[in-house]
Amino acid sequence: MKNFYLDFEKPISDIVDKIEALKIASEDDPKLIPEIEKLKSKEKNLRKRIFSKLSIWQKVQIARHPQRPHTKDYIDLIFSNFVELHGDRQYADDAAIIGGIGDIDNKSFMIIGHEKGRETEEKVKRNFGMPHPEGYRKAKRLMLLAERFSLPIISFIDTAGAYPGIEGEERGQSEAIASNLALMSKLKTQILVFITGEGGSGGALGIGVGDHYSILEHATYSVASPEACSSIIWRTAEKAASAAEAMKVSAQELIKIGIVDEIISEPNGGAHRNYSKTARAIKSSILENIAKFKAIDMDKLLEMRYQKLLKIG
Amino acid sequence: MNWLTRLIPSIGKSKETASKSKIPDGVWNNCPSCEAILYQPELEKAMFVCPKCGYHLRIGARKRISIFIDKDTFKEFGEEYTTKNPLKFKDLKSYDQRIKEAVNSTGENEALVTGMGKLNDLQVVVAAFEFRFMGGSMGGIVGTKFVEAVDFAIKENLPLICFSTSGGARMQESMISLMQMAKTSAALERLKKSSLPYFSVMIDPIFGGVSASLAMLGDINIAEPGALVGFAGRRVIEDTVRVELPDDFQKAEFLLEHGAIDMIVHRTELRATISDLISKLHKNQDNAVV
Repeated sequence: MKNFYLDFEKPISDIVDKIEALKIASEDDPKLIPEIEKLKSKEKNLRKRIFSKLSIWQKVQIARHPQRPHTKDYIDLIFSNFVELHGDRQYADDAAIIGGIGDIDNKSFMIIGHEKGRETEEKVKRNFGMPHPEGYRKAKRLMLLAERFSLPIISFIDTAGAYPGIEGEERGQSEAIASNLALMSKLKTQILVFITGEGGSGGALGIGVGDHYSILEHATYSVASPEACSSIIWRTAEKAASAAEAMKVSAQELIKIGIVDEIISEPNGGAHRNYSKTARAIKSSILENIAKFKAIDMDKLLEMRYQKLLKIG
Repeated sequence: MNWLTRLIPSIGKSKETASKSKIPDGVWNNCPSCEAILYQPELEKAMFVCPKCGYHLRIGARKRISIFIDKDTFKEFGEEYTTKNPLKFKDLKSYDQRIKEAVNSTGENEALVTGMGKLNDLQVVVAAFEFRFMGGSMGGIVGTKFVEAVDFAIKENLPLICFSTSGGARMQESMISLMQMAKTSAALERLKKSSLPYFSVMIDPIFGGVSASLAMLGDINIAEPGALVGFAGRRVIEDTVRVELPDDFQKAEFLLEHGAIDMIVHRTELRATISDLISKLHKNQDNAVV
């Protein structure tokens, strides 16, 4: 896959292009090799510099980067023997939410996450990761299954929001989300929530109530997408960047106000430059936190989950 | 002044006086639906339902509670709560300024009024959203007041009735606002565990975060005639799917047809309907509240 670069990543891509050109030239002229090494270290430093001081709007763009790892990538890299489970048993199977059982070290987990899809055809099939009610109802079914068999739930959040459409309203989008919030608040199994890309509104929260909230370094989470907030408050879609700043959508801001418990560092240049390193970091958070929460008596854990919500606002 | 009003200054002025003459001395009102001229004292008696066309006019939270609860029995909870600006949010105006304006124009401290009172002599806990306070949006204090009302109902073994009317989550509190959806839903789950009934009365309009949490979670969901309730607003859906939506889309009748609510109840029948349902639900219970 050819790398895609955002505007502010362009200086990086310029050096990468030079390195590529020199590599070809160096086949005839080995004297160029030290020059390549110099450029490589320059590129690495530049990447570090750009990513250490991203603006909030740039973070929004990174969170939506076309090459950012998705739930499916994390499932492949973190869990073994994943078996996908489909359907809400009432209406349909919503591919915008992926769910199933996977293992780490011979322990099983229920995995539920938004999936945006990668190529055009898959994106359409997955509705760009924007679920319908049946997606939330599939998630609910799998959560109840997880509870019965004591499978901890790992939830991956990455959506612009629940889909605003006619059929979704007819089938009760609000009820589907609301009843998941109620259920997750009392579900008798450990729930770890990972905000990996963009977390947008009730559509994100609908699978995102739990015991521990982790967010990737360049992921974002807000009450509405910056574009929606801009159109509601500023009455124009043009102020999305200002809206993102005002809503304090970045991981670094969210930890300050106690919305998330942990920020997971991304590789130099963002999660999209090194999938496996990002996945390893998430995996170690899963293992550490599951061990911690499994040691807590279930009634106490549910009380802690509730108190955590009460503390906000 | 735009170019037209500059040319013909009387245009702007005449519009102003026309709208003023509609409501002289606040005694006369126009029905927003059929435009019938309504006499205020008569309208009060009719619980602000147009006697000509049955349109349910919007009323504030306090008026709502006063027509629902037995006279002089209401005791308010948490009136001392005021909202700060946790994110230091600022758009064209600061959030502090917007709160101040909302407080001044509504006389309320926040978009939710909670308390207890009697319904046909039966003690109940009530909550009512004030739509004029920033569109009835739910921030941290609204969530907290709702949860405290739920807690009181559990502690005193009382039914809970909430009148929701809200544009949804409050942008100015972003994630703090979003998490109120989870907080209020979690509290209601505890109420349900105590076998206490929760009546969600849906008042025009309810969208977004309030629709997708406490408003949809009633044991009994009741809508007033014509109430608009949905997750996404009409304009957002039309912009997304590029289809013109039918007139009844997301209206109470549409909700009933699609299974989202138990019934549509006329405003003047709400007291009787809810008190009857409370007594039916509790008849076979040992810890009967009736």
